[in-house]
Amino acid sequence: MKQYSEHNFEQCTKCTVCTVYCPVAAVNPLYPGPKQAGPDGERLRLKGVAYYDPAIEMCLNCKRCEVACPSEVRIGDIIHSARIKHSTKRPGLREFTLANTDLVGSVATVVAPVVNATLGLKPVRKVVEGVMKIDHRRIFPKYAFGTFEGWLKGQRKAQALYAKQLAYFHGCYVNYNNPDLGKAFVKVANALGYGVQLLEKEKCCGVALISNGFVEQAKKQAKTNIKSITKATEQKLKVVATSSTCTFTLRDEYDHLLGLDNSAIRDNIDLATRFIYELLADGNQRLEFKSDAPHLRVAYHSACHMERMGWTKYSIELLKLIPNVELVQLESQCCGIAGTYGFKKENYETSQNIGEPLFKAIEASECDVVSTDCETCKWQIEMSTSKRVLHPIEILASYL
Amino acid sequence: MNNQYDVIIVGGGATGAGVARDCALRGIRALLIERADIATGATGRNHGLLHSGARYAVNDRESAEECIKENMILRRIASHCVEDTGGLFITLPEDSLEFQAKFIDACRAAGIGAEAIDPKQALALEPSVNPTLIGAVKVPDGSIDPFRLTAANVLDAQLHGAKVLTYTLVEQLIIESGKVVGVKTLNTLTGERGEYRAQITVNACGIWGRDLAAKAGVTINMLPAKGALLVFGHRVNNVVINRCRKPADADILVPGDSITVIGTTSSKVPFDQCDNMVVTADEVDLLLREGCMLAPALEHTRILRAYAGVRPLVASDDDPSGRSVSRGIVVLDHATRDGVDGFITITGGKLMTYRLMAEWTVDLICKKLGVAVGCTTAVAPLPGSAEAEKVSKSCKCSVHCVSAKASVENRHGERAKDIDNSTAAKRALVCECEQVSVGEVEYAVNCLGVKNLIDLRRRTRVGMGTCQGELCAARAASVMSEVAGKSAAEAKADLKSFIGERWKGMSAVAWGDTLREGELLSWLYDGVCDLSNLKEQK
Repeated sequence: MKQYSEHNFEQCTKCTVCTVYCPVAAVNPLYPGPKQAGPDGERLRLKGVAYYDPAIEMCLNCKRCEVACPSEVRIGDIIHSARIKHSTKRPGLREFTLANTDLVGSVATVVAPVVNATLGLKPVRKVVEGVMKIDHRRIFPKYAFGTFEGWLKGQRKAQALYAKQLAYFHGCYVNYNNPDLGKAFVKVANALGYGVQLLEKEKCCGVALISNGFVEQAKKQAKTNIKSITKATEQKLKVVATSSTCTFTLRDEYDHLLGLDNSAIRDNIDLATRFIYELLADGNQRLEFKSDAPHLRVAYHSACHMERMGWTKYSIELLKLIPNVELVQLESQCCGIAGTYGFKKENYETSQNIGEPLFKAIEASECDVVSTDCETCKWQIEMSTSKRVLHPIEILASYL
Repeated sequence: MNNQYDVIIVGGGATGAGVARDCALRGIRALLIERADIATGATGRNHGLLHSGARYAVNDRESAEECIKENMILRRIASHCVEDTGGLFITLPEDSLEFQAKFIDACRAAGIGAEAIDPKQALALEPSVNPTLIGAVKVPDGSIDPFRLTAANVLDAQLHGAKVLTYTLVEQLIIESGKVVGVKTLNTLTGERGEYRAQITVNACGIWGRDLAAKAGVTINMLPAKGALLVFGHRVNNVVINRCRKPADADILVPGDSITVIGTTSSKVPFDQCDNMVVTADEVDLLLREGCMLAPALEHTRILRAYAGVRPLVASDDDPSGRSVSRGIVVLDHATRDGVDGFITITGGKLMTYRLMAEWTVDLICKKLGVAVGCTTAVAPLPGSAEAEKVSKSCKCSVHCVSAKASVENRHGERAKDIDNSTAAKRALVCECEQVSVGEVEYAVNCLGVKNLIDLRRRTRVGMGTCQGELCAARAASVMSEVAGKSAAEAKADLKSFIGERWKGMSAVAWGDTLREGELLSWLYDGVCDLSNLKEQK
């Protein structure tokens, strides 16, 4: 891996390909684009705070600029770091609610049927828009009745029976909204001879805290996670996550945006599809697939952070291994939600405009189901198209 | 056409522009003639350091006193050209702290506020400073933009009735009965010849003043001393860093606008090389090596370009380095010195003292012309610095270009209000690195005497950023051809000359990212735009 210099922005040769690939610049002319918001802007910001342009806060942090950059400039990091340093916007109730996925999730899962029913009501969503500036058209993910952690704790004895063990970083979404994905992961891991454990203590990875301006809290949670993952690493336990954004945040954002040293554990954090694909690719491990499974046409959507990690290929190759799965690879583009970004009233139009070409491509693909490794892409696509979205691991599990 | 003036000033550097302004403010009809663009000689080829005078305090008390006085004056009258960065004189383990004590005493004696601070304090004040320092002294250094300063002087001279001719070469002095009564000129853009008359002709040509004096049969012994400098890609330091020792090579690091400059070297050059300054590999090595002693981060910082200027020193002794020559101001009244009436040479000095040089010159002019008006340039603010506090309310920019607004106000002070950025088309950026809009280019062409892209760079910073014109040059050429009514062929020739000039500065430091940038520059302009002779210019 290349060592990035402290003057990383100077590696920019101004070729502007980042701006060509920026989903926000494509739909919103008020956004200066990654080149100007990033390396150009950083140089000017060294002159003084008067050169900080709040327009850069329109950045989604999708990192597609970094993928496009031929000069290895960490454009997204530069923009986000400037935001952290200079933004004068103070997070409010909305940001607090959207960012504290752990807190909100742990309350909501206890009274899930009520929360789900309430947030499903249009008048309620209108009130939410008025009070919270969360767009009324946005459909909230449903909360589960009971957490994944609770379920897995009940499985502890059964999981301990497996000779090989791994630690699962489930993330807030699996824990509070979709424990079924976690259960699917456990099923696949068990089929490969791995028992699944929880980390000693797991906190939300913090991605929503970072993007909503709660950097200190994000650092606190990150330190807890780094500690837990370090312990797992010392016990020779691989740490595997199903969420691409959690994986990316743990591996890269902790260092780049929070300034925390995660170098000792970074390589021990893996994405579920990559972990499984590599096990199977070795040839030593095999999965027994159902012989009578139905034909399924799956359109795979590459989430932005999957692209940034360069790991899209693992999910695609894994899906291709499943008999009777017909894979359609959608052109790689941002769906527009970018975590909590698309929830905010002022971003709703931009968010939907960014996603529009993807939504059209999905409808045109004639797929049975869409698959992606990112939960927020799932919400966006399910809200904006007629299709259901499943994680590759859920599809894989259903064929076992 | 009336070609009669009171005074003709030859040379459009800071000094010539300052003389023209001072004349105009005193009601003297002045004509300023410059063979190229303003600030193309030594004025535009130095650190851009607003000297506190501390550097001269030990060896040259007179210069030190002049500097600190002018420093305080420039902060007032040229606030939009000056940055109050403060300065540090650092002592490294290989330097002597005894010099520091002597230095502080000398500064105080010259009236320069010099305060020794703890090395830790110095590091807190300027984190880029060499952390091994053993001593630091705080002085009131700053930075000054010489292009902006000269342009503001020219603009004010014009606003007060002076006439300015750029790209006009003085081919001959008109001498009648032993008196210089005017000049014969050639416009180098149009080929047009002209004749202008005045009671007094002022030679403000810097090192080239020797040649102009020779046209009047007068000999001035000058000593061309070349100084090379490097421009780094961004502001590495926010405080000027000097080495606290006897003045030597490459011991001043100055943050100026969006970049940092290290300099200088000092070497004697032959007169025939004054128009052809090339920075050598040895000079680059020396600058970089010494620069890293001031701020170690320079080792990993992209170097944008190298450039060199020629100090117009008047030879007073045989010192080969040209360093112990006083930077003192030299006003030569050739009537008394050589028996040539109507001819004055102003030389020596330095950018810092341009205003005082002008004052002394115009005082002499007044005496000769019998004008009894005093000098006001020490108190009258330059255009752009008049209403600094009102600046941020004056510019009509929309909310979405905060950095462009800050940039244009920084460059033009309250004059930014004269720039039309009212529509999206006018706000569109020509130069993204330095945030120069279409409106600003139009203003520079219409109001600041810009004739070509290189002139535009001096007025607006177009092409001074990281990409060195790679993205902005073609856009600027296009806007300029519309505003100035140039043909496509003229615009293309201008573009070629601009890119050639940018590459000249880059070529001396063309490695790493600068080389990659150069490759892209070449690919765009040679490969895509087919500026076919670009290779020859390299």
